Amino acid sequence: MAINSVVCVKQVPDTTQVRIDPETGSLIRHGLPSVVNPFDLHAVEAALRLRDIYGGRVTALSMGPPQAEESLRKVLGFGVNRAVLLSDRAFAGADTLATTYALAAAIRKIAAEEPVDLVICGKQSIDGDTGQVGPGLAHRLGMSQVTYICGLEEIDLEARTIKAWRQLETGRELLEAKLPAALTITETCNRIRYASLPDLIAAAEQPVEIWGVDDIEVEREHLGLKGSPTRVNKIFAPPVRERGEIFAAADSSAAEVAATVFDRLALRGVTLGGNGRSTSIADSKPVGDT
Amino acid sequence: MTLPLGDRQPAKGRFDAIVVGGGPAGLSAACTLADGGSRVCVIERGDWPGSKNMMGGLIFAQPTSKVVPEFWKRGPVERPVTRRELWITTGDAAFKGAYESTDFGVEPYNAFTVFRSRFDKWLAGEARAKGAVILTETLVEDLLWDGERVAGVRTGRSEGDLEADVVIIAEGANSFLTEKAGLCQGAESGSLALAVKEVLALPKEKIEDRFSLEDGAGAAYEIIGEITDGIPGTGFIYTNKDTVSIGVGVILKDMVNRAGAAYNLLERFKAQPQVRRLIAGASPREYTAHLIPEGGYRGMPRLYGDGVLVAGDAASMVNAVFTEGANLALLSGRIAAQTVLRASEFGTFGCETLSYYGGLLEDSLIMKDLKQYKNVMPLLSSHLHFFGLYPEIASAAVKEFLTVDSLSKADKHKLIMKLVRSQRPSRKMIKDLYEAWRAIS
Repeated sequence: MAINSVVCVKQVPDTTQVRIDPETGSLIRHGLPSVVNPFDLHAVEAALRLRDIYGGRVTALSMGPPQAEESLRKVLGFGVNRAVLLSDRAFAGADTLATTYALAAAIRKIAAEEPVDLVICGKQSIDGDTGQVGPGLAHRLGMSQVTYICGLEEIDLEARTIKAWRQLETGRELLEAKLPAALTITETCNRIRYASLPDLIAAAEQPVEIWGVDDIEVEREHLGLKGSPTRVNKIFAPPVRERGEIFAAADSSAAEVAATVFDRLALRGVTLGGNGRSTSIADSKPVGDT
Repeated sequence: MTLPLGDRQPAKGRFDAIVVGGGPAGLSAACTLADGGSRVCVIERGDWPGSKNMMGGLIFAQPTSKVVPEFWKRGPVERPVTRRELWITTGDAAFKGAYESTDFGVEPYNAFTVFRSRFDKWLAGEARAKGAVILTETLVEDLLWDGERVAGVRTGRSEGDLEADVVIIAEGANSFLTEKAGLCQGAESGSLALAVKEVLALPKEKIEDRFSLEDGAGAAYEIIGEITDGIPGTGFIYTNKDTVSIGVGVILKDMVNRAGAAYNLLERFKAQPQVRRLIAGASPREYTAHLIPEGGYRGMPRLYGDGVLVAGDAASMVNAVFTEGANLALLSGRIAAQTVLRASEFGTFGCETLSYYGGLLEDSLIMKDLKQYKNVMPLLSSHLHFFGLYPEIASAAVKEFLTVDSLSKADKHKLIMKLVRSQRPSRKMIKDLYEAWRAIS
């Protein structure tokens, strides 16, 4: 008995470099490098670690334009067994509803060839940030779901259950779920491996399978823009915060600088409270300062 | 330095050749080898080929199309260069020499502006399509030896040894593998130039207006003179689709001696009135700096050894006088690959078989050009007044000549000669002229 996983991987613009055109309000994507969604790399790592322990196969699945093949090449380099890219104009413009529809159909096709015990996703993508694809797949595939996993405990192959730690705002909880299950993984779940040279070479020589709309069982009206009820009203950058004033202490003592700051605050009507009485900050001005 | 082949179990026999570095030299070698049916593995330390590259400059159509025919139809080029200018600047003034040809704007073209970060990535895709294996994010840390022969590389990955018949070192400037292979002693700062560059965003229409260009055509400007503050070097401006690359390259040693900072030079350059006008209102996209090995012929390592060849920047194949590097890299990579293909026929990869590389290089424009200009950079470093005093004298003379006042032309002539001689004695100028002529002929 072994555990077969499908890991969903998304190619995203490197949002650490994304900027918004202040005039049009649209994302400046020009020349922006693409990366694998960082949380998805942790999902890949989680799948590989389970394979190291329980055996089985790991299939990476992505949906995107042809250049998304790069992302799959990258995860092949980590030692993933198989890589499938859903790429077709019919998939373009999909929101999470249409995305999970297509991905679920692809996972069903994979499951027809070999049983799929786990579907593993990153907790969210860094470009869309919805965190809906993992739970959406769980629903569409009728799997149990565990989200925001910060640690994998164990799989009971006999009972066909998985125990995993789920990150909460106030702490973490240990959950048990029946297999097959859909998991979403946080960045604290594991550290990503540096693939060995033989794995990397094997990956470079391995093809990425490209599936179009005719390769999976779907109805076209549920795909892409047509199948996406989500409408984006507006994208905007939060207003730029005014830069704070900097008081240099080069030519004066720290006390003098502090006094200047207190003066400035007092001008704005900011006062220090204490012992039931309200004290003006200016009161704490050092003696002798003019 | 030597790693004997001991109880390790390197992946043997998978590749005929290993290429270290996914730049123009390495990828050109990989394309040629793959075309010749050789099993080749390119090892690149960056996230992708080109990710370490700052060059936003020129690639030349002819040498590039030998490796990838009609690359301009498929590859990410910015603009075909139809206009080249050389400026000599002093203070607020500039002489400008320009050449423009609409011929350069049509096939087979002459040069293109490119972002090498994109171009190299594309070129790597071409090499992969031809059958080369491209590994990224992998650092080659050392060479493997079989006796006196280079037998492969050791990478930073686990189970990271890889063997091949031959290793082509194409890792760019500051090549430490060339040193490890015993082919050189390490670069001197005297042979290194530092280039700093900004990419500035400017709308397409503004670029074409300001640089006086046809729709989609490009310009390349080289600027010498006061902008480098007397340090040997050049400024450059290249037009891309909707950005302008602007930068300064100076000899590292001379800049350090003057206690200068490269970014100050770039600011100085951008403030030059004629330059400022071209880039007014443009917003910065990126700032980068890179070393360029400008030692030329004098800075070259030995180019081959048992089981090893060196190509491109790693072999100091840069013609600093004409700012050509990428095309020499492409050519040398191709020649290295041809040498390896020929050696495969003989089945030996020793020094003697690989010496064919040296012969082909000697016959190519690479060695011919590098030899011809080998004395230029040393001359410029020892004659700093070429970059300070002479442009000033020339500018003052022309200004005097063009200023119409109450002096007769004959008086002007006398005044100019007096002005020139007061700056530098005739005897020394004649000597300078002679030395300059010697250096390039």
